[in-house]
Parts: sequence; C-alpha cells; structure tokens
Amino acid sequence: MKPAPFDYRRPEQVDSAVEVLGTLGSGAKVLAGGQSLIPLVSMRLAHPSALVDINRLRELDYVRVDGDVVRIGALARHARVLADPAAGAAQPLLRQALRLVAHATIRNRGTTVGSIVHADPAGEMTAVLALLGGSLRVRSSRGERNVTAGELFLGPLESDVRDDELAVEAALPVLPPSSGTAFVEVSRRAGDYAVCGVAAFVRLKDDGAVAAARCAYLSVAPTPLVLELTDQAADPRAAGEAARAQVQPEADLHASADYRRALAGVLTERALTQALAAARASGAAAA
Amino acid sequence: MSTRWFGQPIPRVEDERLLRGAGAYLDDLGHDALAAAFVRSPHAHARITDVDVSAALDVEGLVAIYTYDDLPDRLAEPLPLLIPHPTLTHGRTPYALARDKVHHVGAPVAMVVAEDRYLAEDAAERIAVRYEPLPAVVGIAAARAAAHLVHEDVPGNLAARMTQSTGDVDAALAAAPHVLSLDLAIERSASTPLEGRGVLARWDAEARRMRIWSSTQTSTGVRAAVAAKLDLPLVDVDVITPDVGGGFGVKIMHPWPEEVLVPWAARLLARPVKFVEDRREHFVASAHERGQLHSVRVGFDDDGRLLGLDVRFWHDHGAFIPYGLIVPIITSTQLLGPYKPGAYRVTFDSLYTNTVIVTPYRGAGRPQGVFVMERVMDAIARELGLDRTTVRERNFIEPHEMPYDHGLVFQDGRPLIYDSGDFPASLAKLKQLVGWDDFEQARETARAEGRRIGIGLACYVEGTGVGPYEGGHVVIETSGKVKVATGLTSQGQGHQTVFAQIVADELGVPLDDVEVVTGDTRRFGYAVGTFASRAAVMSGSAIALAARAAKEKALRVAGDALEANPDDLEIVDGVVRVVGAPGAEISLGTVAVLSNPLRYAFDTAAQAATQFASGDPAKPPVPEDDEPGLEGRDYFSPMQSTFANGMHAVVVETDPDTAEVKILRYCVVHDCGTLINPRIVEGQIHGGVAQGVAGALYERMAYDDAGQLQNASFMDFLMPYASEVPSSVEIDHLETPSPMNPLGIKGAGEAGVIPGAAAIASAIEDAEGIVLTSMPISPSELWELRRSKETG
Repeated sequence: MKPAPFDYRRPEQVDSAVEVLGTLGSGAKVLAGGQSLIPLVSMRLAHPSALVDINRLRELDYVRVDGDVVRIGALARHARVLADPAAGAAQPLLRQALRLVAHATIRNRGTTVGSIVHADPAGEMTAVLALLGGSLRVRSSRGERNVTAGELFLGPLESDVRDDELAVEAALPVLPPSSGTAFVEVSRRAGDYAVCGVAAFVRLKDDGAVAAARCAYLSVAPTPLVLELTDQAADPRAAGEAARAQVQPEADLHASADYRRALAGVLTERALTQALAAARASGAAAA
Repeated sequence: MSTRWFGQPIPRVEDERLLRGAGAYLDDLGHDALAAAFVRSPHAHARITDVDVSAALDVEGLVAIYTYDDLPDRLAEPLPLLIPHPTLTHGRTPYALARDKVHHVGAPVAMVVAEDRYLAEDAAERIAVRYEPLPAVVGIAAARAAAHLVHEDVPGNLAARMTQSTGDVDAALAAAPHVLSLDLAIERSASTPLEGRGVLARWDAEARRMRIWSSTQTSTGVRAAVAAKLDLPLVDVDVITPDVGGGFGVKIMHPWPEEVLVPWAARLLARPVKFVEDRREHFVASAHERGQLHSVRVGFDDDGRLLGLDVRFWHDHGAFIPYGLIVPIITSTQLLGPYKPGAYRVTFDSLYTNTVIVTPYRGAGRPQGVFVMERVMDAIARELGLDRTTVRERNFIEPHEMPYDHGLVFQDGRPLIYDSGDFPASLAKLKQLVGWDDFEQARETARAEGRRIGIGLACYVEGTGVGPYEGGHVVIETSGKVKVATGLTSQGQGHQTVFAQIVADELGVPLDDVEVVTGDTRRFGYAVGTFASRAAVMSGSAIALAARAAKEKALRVAGDALEANPDDLEIVDGVVRVVGAPGAEISLGTVAVLSNPLRYAFDTAAQAATQFASGDPAKPPVPEDDEPGLEGRDYFSPMQSTFANGMHAVVVETDPDTAEVKILRYCVVHDCGTLINPRIVEGQIHGGVAQGVAGALYERMAYDDAGQLQNASFMDFLMPYASEVPSSVEIDHLETPSPMNPLGIKGAGEAGVIPGAAAIASAIEDAEGIVLTSMPISPSELWELRRSKETG
C-alpha cells in the first residue's frame, strides 16, 4: 500500500495553484485533507500523475457568515467548521451533520469543501449542500464560476469540477426564520459511512403550518437525493411512508435494499419530527 | 516481610515504554534493509501460464525478482504440515511461492526485492502474470458439493473426517422423551492484530550466521523452520521477537512463506531484507478462522437433562491446512462446556475451499462450540418452558465430580479431563451480578416505555496451558539484579510484569530488580510458543521452578559465607539474612560474586571471589555436581491441560424500528484459578469481550462466489471501535486453584471472547422472540428476520 510515483506541487497562492492545474492536464488531483485521496492512491486504486497540494493556501482557510450566506473556504477543516460559533448559529445543520462526519482525527485533517467535491453519495456534507441548495465556487485560469448543488453531483464520486479547476469555496444559505433542521443516520459503527442518513429542513408559516419541507438522503442513490415533502411533513409518519415509497436503494455488504428503504422511512420520520420541533422553537423565539 | 507481589493488581511495567512511543516493533527496525513486496494472485483458483518480469526490470532501485523456479532445494518443497494427525489423510500445504497454480486470492506468486517498499511495489505492479482461471470453491456448501475441487488429488475437498464418541448416542436419542434438531452457523472472522506480520533478516557472511526478527508468536518455531528450509545448523540461526503489536493466533502459524523467503534472499543478496505486511495483504494472505456449519440432534428428559448429543459439523479451513485439525478438534471437545452430555458423538469434516487458510484465532474453535451448546441449552429451555439457567444448572458437572473425565481426546493428544471448577457457584455469582431473577421487572418497565430489552447468558470451559513444555532461566547478577528469560513470546500480554511478580516473590527481591526477556532464542532456545492461553501456566510455572533453583543455590552459598544452615536463612528485599540474628546478612549481589570463583577481579566487590580471598582448600573451587554462577534453569511439562471456565450474561436493547442492537450491560464471572495479577486478567477479559462482541455483531469475511474478499479493509470489515464495545464490563472472579501446576493458575488470555456470540444471541432472542441460528447478526439481518416472522 505505497503509492506509485507522482509529481508533487505545492503552490503558495490560489493564482499559482490554478495556473499549475491548468498546465498539468487531466492526470492531476488536488490534495487538501487527503482523507479519501491518500488511501486510494496508496492502494493504487487511483493513479494521479500529479498531486497539487493546496495546504499552503492560507487564504482559503476560513469560515464566515456573510449576510445570509455561510462561506466555507477550501482549506477549512471539518473540525474548524464544526467548532465555528457564528456558522453554527447561522446554519444549525452544519453542526448536526459535521458531528456525524467520520471521527475526530479525520475531521482534523479532512476539509468540508474537499468532501463536497469528492461527491460521495454517503457523505454528509454533500447531502447538506443538496438539501440547502448551496453552491460551490470554482476557479481556473479561464475564470470563476458558481456551480449549484443541483448541477454539481453527476454520479458517485463524480462532481462537475473540471480537471483545471480548483474549488475555492462552498456557500450555504443561513437558516431562514421559523425554520428548523435535523440530521439523523444509522451507521454500522460510530463515524462510519451511514447505511442510511436523512437531513431535514422545515420552514413554517406564521400560523404554524408547514411552508416548506424537504429531506436529503445518504446512501440510497448515486447522488444526494432530495425529496420534496412539504405536503406530508405535518405528519412525519406519513412523510416517512412517502419517502419509503420514493427511494430506490441498492443492497451492499452491510444492508439489504429493503432494510435501507425501511430506514429511509424511519429516519425521515425522526428527522422531520426533530426539524419541526426546531422550527416551532425558532418561530416561538421570534414571536 | 517483603511485599507479596503475586496476586497484586500492579500496573504493567511494559506500559510506560509503549505508551511513550518507545516500543520497537518490526518496522521500527532495519532502516538499512532492502524491502520485499509480493505479487499476489488476483484469482481464487487459476493455473499460472506465464510470468513476465521484463517490464519490471528497468524500475530504478530494483534488486531482485524471484519466482518458484528460483527456489533451491528444500525451499522448493511444500511448507511443513505443522501438526499431523492420523485422520488428516489429505493434508496439503502451499509452496513458498506459487508453483503452476494459485489456490486463493492473495497467494504469493513472485517476490520483489528493492531499495525500498515503494520501488518494490512499483516493480511488482509491472510483473505480468498470465492466469488461466479455474472454478473457485467458496463456502462450505460448495466444498461439500465438490462439483469442483480445490486440489485435484483431494476427492470431495475433504482433508479429514474425525469422529469421537462416548456412550451409545443412537440408543440414547431413540429412547429420549424429547429430541430437537438444530442447524447452527458461525461465519469467518480473523485475528486482525493492529500490527500485521513482518520479518527482517540479516545474514552475517563472515560468521555464516543468520539473525532474524519476526513478528511471531513462536521464535523457536520460526528458527527451526528457517534452519531446515535454508539448510543451516540450528545454532547458527537466531530469532528474536521485537515488540509485537498483537497476535491473537495468526502469528502462531509459521513459517509463513515470507519468513523463509526473506532470510533466503538476505543470504543470497548478502544484504538485510525486510518484509512488512500491509493491511490489505493481511486480509488476503494471512489467516482467518471461525467458519463452521453445525447440525445437532439432542435428546433430553422432562427435566431438561441431556441424554444424548449428536453433533455433525463442517469446518472450512481454506486452501491449505498447515496448522492441522486443531480448531475443529477444539470445537468438538470444548463444545461440551460445563455440562454432562449423556452419550456424545461428534463428527467433523475439514474441507478445502479457495479462500485464505485457517489458523487458531483467540478462542480457537471454542466460540463455535459454545455457540452450539448454548443454543442447545436455550432451545431445551424454550421447549420445556424452563428458565434458561435452570436447564444449565441441571446439566452441570458438580464440584464433587472433579476431576471429570469426558472420555475424549483433547487438542494436545491428552485425555479431556477437567481438573477443577465449581460451575454451580459460578452461575450463582453470575445470576446475582446481573440480577437475573429480577429481569422480568426491568423488561416490563422498558416495555412500558416502548423499548425492547433482553437478557442472555452463556457458559464455557476452556482447556488452557497445553504442553508439551516451557522453560525458564533465572540469573542473579553480581549487581543483585535478576535477569529472567523464557523462550515463548509476548504480544502485549504483560509477561514482563507477571513473570517479574512471580520471580520477585520466589527470590525475595524488589520487583524493579527483575528484568524479563521473552522470545529471544539467544537467551532461551527451548520453547513452544504463546497460544492456547498457555504463557502464564507454562512459562510462569517454569520460571517459578527456575527461581526456586536459583534461590536454593543462593541460600547454600550464603550459608557458607554466613556460616549458617541454609534452612535458617531468608531473603528479604534482595538481602540474605539469618532468621532471628539481626546483622548476620549478605546481599544477593555478594552471594552472586561468591558463587563464581575468580582468578581475576573485575571490580572491588569481585575481589571477594578471587583465589587468595575465598574457597575451602579441601574442595575444588567448583565442587562436583555444581556450576559457577547463581542461576536456575527448569522446565514445566504437565500431564495435561488445565481447564478454566467462565460465564457471561448480557443485557441488550433492540431498536423496534431500525433493528440496531445496543449492549446495555455485560457481566462476566471468570475462574482462571489463582490470579497472578487481577488487573492484567481483567484487561484480558476486556479485550476478549471486545472480540466477542465483534464476532457477534460486526465481523465477517465477505467472500463472493468467485472467491474475492469484498471487505478487505477496515472500512468494510467492521472491527468494532471503542464506541461499539461495552463501556464497562462487570467482572466477578472465582478462584479454584489448578492442581496441575505449582502456582495453581489457569490460562486467561482467550477467555473473554469465547461465549460472546452465544450470550449475545441468547439476549437478542430474548428481546425479540426470534430464534437465532447463525452469528454474527447485523441490524439488516435482524430486520429481515423480523419481517419473515411477520409474514410467516
């Protein structure tokens, strides 16, 4: 489990990183926290011709709340985002999700933007981006563009970040008033990829009725699946039934497809119950 | 009086060094060594038609590539069949490098030696092996069906069929008022120590001597095997075990192909060579265990007493069987646990499959046997509507029946005779510890809250301390320090602590003055190894005997010096003194000086032993029947194993929606005879329980039909984390001393793992009202079982 030879670059500025990526071509991979990439390279399951190490790009090491958007720089580690009080207050789903991302040692190295770009359908942060309708800012020598969550996830471990592009920032909307979120999952061991996981978002009208409700699902589809459940959310059990009917999970070593589908229902119910309670508490606090 | 160390829960003397990162494991050694990497088979079963190394030859730093055709003489023969048995009629062992055929994914095909491991893997990746795939035999069903054969010359894939019996089972079952049949399965798991295998070899071309460091459970075994394979005199081979990061059985297997190939290459290249197994290799190129199917018929009376037990089982031993039949023999004998089975017959088939070989893994066939017997006990209780503990009590061997002879032959070739144990007392302790009789109340309370809980238990008996022997050597140096050596190895058990406790007591010296070395053939050349919960029993006893011999001599020499009768002497804190005569004393260090008549003094103290300073002119300086120095050497070789026992109870909660299983309480009553160090015994239990939970709820080897191991990483092979094992294990000890050794001890190393799957199955069954017949069980599987129960 030692990697094959590769070229190694460690630019000091974003501009030079983008320039390096532009010249290296399709074989280059960006190295941030390395928590997914290094095992793949060490097992020779990935054979990058070059690694562009962005760990010196201090300008990307930030988490900030910017009006109604939480901005997470490409070098912000999960642990830092998890611990950021302003981001946690502005968008509670961040903390609810990040505490479920792997283990402390992995969160200390792994980056939130890196896990989004990795586009693992079992990844918590991909589901968060999809549920909240966030976006990713990517830069190349050709310029900069924003990729919405809807456009970003092309397939398992495949995102719409091109070979010459560097993802520089993820942007997530802050939690609107009278809203609540929750993140629940079942994993075989604490910190493992979830057998199934559900992130929920609920917004209430002034009269307490559900204005909007949706859930995002881990490990039940090739890309993060978001279900619109506004009509059912007032009765979480019914919403669970609706979710169960709509997901098409596959079996793997750890779970049968039917079990996963059942979990999607149960966890939808649990997540929506929690999110509704949070939304009501938020509405009550505002009133 | 000096402190008695034996029985004290002192902290391990090893820990400070290891926890500070000052340990030296195999890969911490040999930074100047070349690195070996292996080309391994990607196929479970295939014929090798060509090996083309040409593309690898221009890798910079490549030193050598070896295939089967390069192997000379005895290295070209199959590796040894370590433990032959008369019923093992079709024993097959692998070649060090595949010859013509591969029989499992991960089998070594070529060895690459390069300047470092990166370059060795670069070259290995470029070696093109052409395979002609053959049908793979995967799983017990396929092995039994024998539509395809793992070895062409082994009909039915059958290596051995063995039967043992006592009494007339057929008659007992025919006459029994109740007969039940059960089919029970346990899946494969593995030892998975955190440190994989590893070996480093240095050939001294001038002295023509080989020095080997191996992460092994038997340095003497590796030494003998290497000497034989490389045609070297045994005295010219040293094998040293450095710190070893866990073994759990996989490292008792020897010689691994790498253990003979690396020394061979080191001699050929006249440079040190090192192989360090990586995690992926460990999954496919080391050893697994546990995979067995069992079919049981049991006859019993209206009170639940066993009348006859007929067990047929099938053991999947993988592609080869170098370790022989030890695991299924243990299952077939230790299945009986603390019970009298009535008439008993057991037959097993040991079957070849195109998977990784099997060697003992902590528990070694007992978790399967205990699962079978305890499922039987629970089934009888269910059938008769009796409490599960009542059925067990009624079948226990009673203390007054000890020693109890089952009339069978155990894994060491000796009779299966339990030496001691008080099973009713153990169960009474367990019931009290877990609150067995009050559980229904707890169940009702939980039910009212919408929660499901269940309680289960399992009992076992474990033969520990198998022979043939171990030895110990104790030297008291002129500094007064005591140096102890024993040949068996350490993989984290705390031997340095417990052996020092034994010696400190026997000699009357401070604990800190005792230093223990294990597993170094330069210090002690006769040994068997560390397995079968035998180190404390075997080496502990041998070291005690050796220390007694050293003490006897110390008292004799001191008696001469003090002009006192040795019977009137005692040793306290390293000083020999005349009992009742204050001031008449001499330090052990000085006794050591006097024990070795000198011509030349090497320091001031040594002057006391020189020729004009000491000695009786009427006697030779070293009398006949004596030796210079203050040493003791002795061996311990018991008639048979000593049998420890234990009982576990567990309380689980199952999630009504997600079918997740949570362990609420885990209680252990344990009897390993006299305790040397209760803290270390409890540590062993904690680790064992963790592996028991692993085997019950998490770990399995997921082979597909083509023989590919689909979960060969810690991402998908679910070794539990600290978060998955009970945060506390409640332990109560019972000490029934063993009559089989001078210290009254029994082995404790494997105990904790043995009843885990059985106890947890019992508890889940109790919570769910669903009969469990195979382990491990995942939430997904429990959920599917619920669904099939609902749909009938």
